[in-house]
Amino acid sequence: MGSRLLSISDLTVKFGGLTALSNVHIDVHPGEVVGLIGPNGAGKTTLFNALTGFAPVSSGKLTLNDKEHKWPKSHELAGLGISRTLQGVGLFPDLTVLENVMVGGQKFAKGGVIRAAFGLDASNEKYLREKASVALEKVYASSLADKRADSLPYPVTKRVAIARALMSDPQLLLLDEPAGGLGSQDIDWMNGLIHNLKVDTSILLVEHHMDVIMSVCDRIYVLNFGELIAEGTPAQVRENPAVIAAYLGAEAAQ
Amino acid sequence: MLILDTFLIGLSSGAIYALMALALVLVWRSTRVVNFAQAGQAILSTYIGYEVMNRTHNYWVSVPFAIVAGAAIAAFVDAVLMRALEKRSHKGSVSEIAPVIATLGLLGLIRSLTGMIWGNAYLQYTSPASGKGYEISHHTIPFSPQNLIIVIGALVVMGVFAAVFKFTNLGLALRASSFQPEISRLAGIRVDRIRTIGWAFAGAAGAVAGALVTPTTYLSPNSLDLLLVSGFVAAVIGGLDSLIGAVLGGLILGVGFAFILQYIGTSVTFSAAFFILIIVLFLRPRGILGSKIGRRDA
Repeated sequence: MGSRLLSISDLTVKFGGLTALSNVHIDVHPGEVVGLIGPNGAGKTTLFNALTGFAPVSSGKLTLNDKEHKWPKSHELAGLGISRTLQGVGLFPDLTVLENVMVGGQKFAKGGVIRAAFGLDASNEKYLREKASVALEKVYASSLADKRADSLPYPVTKRVAIARALMSDPQLLLLDEPAGGLGSQDIDWMNGLIHNLKVDTSILLVEHHMDVIMSVCDRIYVLNFGELIAEGTPAQVRENPAVIAAYLGAEAAQ
Repeated sequence: MLILDTFLIGLSSGAIYALMALALVLVWRSTRVVNFAQAGQAILSTYIGYEVMNRTHNYWVSVPFAIVAGAAIAAFVDAVLMRALEKRSHKGSVSEIAPVIATLGLLGLIRSLTGMIWGNAYLQYTSPASGKGYEISHHTIPFSPQNLIIVIGALVVMGVFAAVFKFTNLGLALRASSFQPEISRLAGIRVDRIRTIGWAFAGAAGAVAGALVTPTTYLSPNSLDLLLVSGFVAAVIGGLDSLIGAVLGGLILGVGFAFILQYIGTSVTFSAAFFILIIVLFLRPRGILGSKIGRRDA
């Protein structure tokens, strides 16, 4: 099915004696929104962590744009065209909204310490400022640019975090529970936002809200206890008996 | 007049405390280490300034050398000592306290090193400015050209820091990586390097403090120890992770000291620092400008 933006195969992640992910594979093609779902503790965020240098990879192969690549360190991701949001949002509390977003564009930041200290990179900084304004427009948060991040209501922080992730012009955006903790109205907003983002970037999405997953995803992978139990279109996954069992089992256990 | 005079006395010492507090806060923000070695680093850079002064007979030539030396020493301490410590000790209470103990050890090491090279005699590192107070309508105010240089010097450092932190990308990276190292890495920031640059800025501020204050007293291996205490108290008053707080804390402490000296007496000077600290912490436990939230909870 054409070229692959991201391809992970045989990924295994172990923490001590515990196997968090076992022989998992995932493909993302250009322009796709791919969902990653599963009950709590299934390994969804661990997969993101392995891909973004936060968790150690025990074994597995990574292919980016059809070329095999070593597992990247966190600070290399932006350069590889991969961007990520965190479940914990993680805005910088004492920075303004605009500054928070600008941090995401560090790969476009030029110049060394000395130049910066003497203000010789003014044009570059202006460029970042303008780029950040555009990113804020995309998440409908332009009016908040000069507010301090710790003054924002929670739903807005999630949108600002997405704007920050967009600053590096990612080919692939990893969204970790963008709708988590939101009320139904904000979930609808987020749903619409993801639809808009699709135009610019491919998305790999971890999400608990099934409405969001079913509405925005082209394909879905289902994890349970660190293993892939199903993959396919939303319709296929919804009908899959293993998925139903995993989710019913999880619900019954709760 | 007496109140104004007392304020002027406090202003110049407060400026020095503020510089030292800035140095401690910069390191605390980026590394969560109280850098006791800062007093040693500043003394070493001041000795280097002193040596340049002896050769060039020009104070103004010697100060930039002291600043560069201060920055280089600090960068070296972080890049070599702190990083190595972090790599070797990972978890547990020891790993949290190890870097602080290491800075204490480093302070002792630098002290004995400077003692071996320059001896323990009180040396004169003199500035060209007079230490005699300005005269205004037959009243000699307790504020000399030397004090003026101190205040201006401190203002320049604060101005440069404010501009770098507020308006440059480097400043943005420095502020970002001190609060959310993981996210900063995701954004492509080399957090380790940025941190070392933060240490260098701190070392430069400490070097300026040493080069400015030493001409008013003398130079010896431990002549800046008391300044470390005052700087730390000022930093805590300011909230420990706020740069503006550090400056305000320095001024509050300097002026507070001056008034206590003037109206109570010299016998309480040292305990006064802690007295002021306790009052401030009692009224505002997180310091006057400390952040509401810890760096990991945001």
